[in-house]
Amino acid sequence: MDIKQNYFEFLGLPESYQLDKQALSERTRELQKTLHPDKFAHLADHERRLSVQYTAYLNEAVATLKSPLTRAQYLLSLKGEDTYSESSVQLDPMFLMQQMELREAVEDITDADDPDAAVEEMYAEVAEQKQVFQVEFQTLYDQADYPAAAITVRKMQFIYKLERDVEALEDKLYD
Amino acid sequence: MAYSDQVIDHYENPRNVGKMNDKDSNVGTGMVGAPACGDVMRLQIQVSDEGVIEDAKFKTYGCGSAIASSSLVTEWVKGMTLDEAAELKNTKIAEELALPPVKIHCSVLAEDAIKAAVADYKEKQAK
Repeated sequence: MDIKQNYFEFLGLPESYQLDKQALSERTRELQKTLHPDKFAHLADHERRLSVQYTAYLNEAVATLKSPLTRAQYLLSLKGEDTYSESSVQLDPMFLMQQMELREAVEDITDADDPDAAVEEMYAEVAEQKQVFQVEFQTLYDQADYPAAAITVRKMQFIYKLERDVEALEDKLYD
Repeated sequence: MAYSDQVIDHYENPRNVGKMNDKDSNVGTGMVGAPACGDVMRLQIQVSDEGVIEDAKFKTYGCGSAIASSSLVTEWVKGMTLDEAAELKNTKIAEELALPPVKIHCSVLAEDAIKAAVADYKEKQAK
């Protein structure tokens, strides 16, 4: 165990988009046990600091790998493909047009006859699009076409933003 | 982070929000997006036979700075020639709106949008 290792190595998981959720939670529990502060209480400051550092790294690793979006971003970053920065990327106008229509649809939900049903419908749309892009990412990543996989991640980011918008709207509806 | 008065003004009273028919031959549409924040921006121009922008409309889903940047651009480009509009620099937008460094990318998005709208119009005319 070493924080110089990447998240997958650190957790003893294969570096792949497909995530074994059970293995992840098992490994997390094991590491949490190993890193428990009580085990370091009798040790010197240096060791105690290390245990805190390792725990922070573990939490970061788990949070990153759990989400299909940040897992994809992290995998690409290991291949030298940056999808974090706000670089200007040319995205397919058709895709953007569709995203705009979806945002408009979210905006219109407030005035819908049956807002609950409209919210459910939008969540279904979000789930479907997430699925599509996850499959697409998996394929491109496995083919080692990282620049194309990066475009897919960029598109995925819009879907996650759409989801946050629906969640925010839902909060407003039930306030 | 506090928004400047200019940004708040455009955010509260956005100019030229709306939609033109993107099928019209004298309309150019620019669609751009910023993945990291999930912003989507549509900027449209209506161009006269002389190549002057007669009208501009926008719709932006994004933060206050992105809305203000696109709103400002629609104001500025009216009366400009296509070439003038395509030369619009994000630095001018950022300066006018007093955008902080973390929001500069919003002005870049607006610059990309007007460039895309001009390119779309020219492409239509070439057909």
